[in-house]
Amino acid sequence: MAERPRQIFRVEASIRTLAQRFLYLGLVGAAFALMLLGKADVLLVERMRAHVTDAVAPILDFASRPIASAKEMINEVRAMTALKSENERLLQERARLLQWQAVARKLEAENKALKSLLNFKSSAATNFLTARVIADAGGAFAHSIVLNIGKRDGVKNGQAVITGDGLVGRVAVVGNRSTRVLLITDLNSRIPVLVESTRTRAILAGNNADQPKLIHLPPNARVPQGDRIVTSGHAGVFPPGIPIGVVASVGDKGIAVQPFAERNSLEYIRVINYDQEGVLGGLEESEYQQLTVPGQAR
Amino acid sequence: MKTAFWQRLDLWARQLTPFGLTLALVVLSVVPLHIPGFARVAPLLALMAVYYWSVFYPSLLPAYAVFAIGVLQDCLAGTALGVNALVLLVTYGIVLSQRRFLVGKSFFIVWLGFAIVAALAMAVSWALVSILSVTLIDAEALIFQYLLTLGLYPVMCWFFLRWQQAFLNTE
Repeated sequence: MAERPRQIFRVEASIRTLAQRFLYLGLVGAAFALMLLGKADVLLVERMRAHVTDAVAPILDFASRPIASAKEMINEVRAMTALKSENERLLQERARLLQWQAVARKLEAENKALKSLLNFKSSAATNFLTARVIADAGGAFAHSIVLNIGKRDGVKNGQAVITGDGLVGRVAVVGNRSTRVLLITDLNSRIPVLVESTRTRAILAGNNADQPKLIHLPPNARVPQGDRIVTSGHAGVFPPGIPIGVVASVGDKGIAVQPFAERNSLEYIRVINYDQEGVLGGLEESEYQQLTVPGQAR
Repeated sequence: MKTAFWQRLDLWARQLTPFGLTLALVVLSVVPLHIPGFARVAPLLALMAVYYWSVFYPSLLPAYAVFAIGVLQDCLAGTALGVNALVLLVTYGIVLSQRRFLVGKSFFIVWLGFAIVAALAMAVSWALVSILSVTLIDAEALIFQYLLTLGLYPVMCWFFLRWQQAFLNTE
């Protein structure tokens, strides 16, 4: 009589392990399905990502504050110790910048006079949104940061993100109260640029390393080391002339650019609202569908 | 009746902590630390947590919880959706199949086990991301990330052990 309950128990246990194994394999399958879905329907997956980031954004906003203020405190202590030498440096810099100011004033007046001669129309007006960086997504595979502003603050897909130093990246995914910014070092980042001194056009391509590379240069183009790289404004996504970085090395492995904006010091950044309909800028969801499925638009 | 209900609720809440803790670690791992060069080689906290709990308390971390942790990490870190979910599930599967070699062994054996499993997990994620983006990804940052993850494991292990003693071993 004692045999039967044990047998039942054994059968039940084996059914349970079988069910667990099926669940495990099913979940592995689901992970693969998610990857395929990410390739097939980018919009859906990005919207899902935006929702999840939105949900976590308040926690991130809260958690990133103590670290930011600790960093500020360290900086303050460091500044106190270097007060005298800093003052001297600033006085020298001020003298130099006053000369630059005189030059800039003269050029501005000259520029204005020449523009009025030519009836020149300046490019579209820009305004800024300031935001705090609440997440710096780590890892070797994707370079992106998350900001604490979103659709309700007027952020749109494709807008340029800058610091005082230079270009940081572009808005990739906009949630309601969070925004994901694709950094210029990310593998998927491609930005039309100009070599400032020679006006050579190129594309700045990220490669998941610290220094993105210049590609698609015209044949026989010469790019001297130390030249500044700025946005070209082609394709209408970014305003022209935003500084990006300097040419760090020219070699067999390509032309590497050292960006001005340092990733670890990103704390407050600005999103440029550049009112121009580009390839990414004003594209709304319905238009996207019209582009992909022209027959079903009506 | 009432005490039994509260006891059960208490037990249930305690048993949920490994999952909750791992989710919290995923969120914490993307908070900007402002350390130069750190973001690229940030240690994989979720991988450590999934390894630890699946070695010592697999019943409290079911496969669907591992999947959910992976999807959250994918969403926050900006990697292709499904990559981390698969990598963590593979880790979980390997650990469960080799569990009898790890349970009851010294800390160094468990650490060695983590070194092997983490290397496999990172190789899988490197291969997946490379295939999905159709380029060979520079593995330099990945190696540093691996070493940092390995070096931080004892610290996290101590933390998880404390957590386990505080919330789970009360009977």
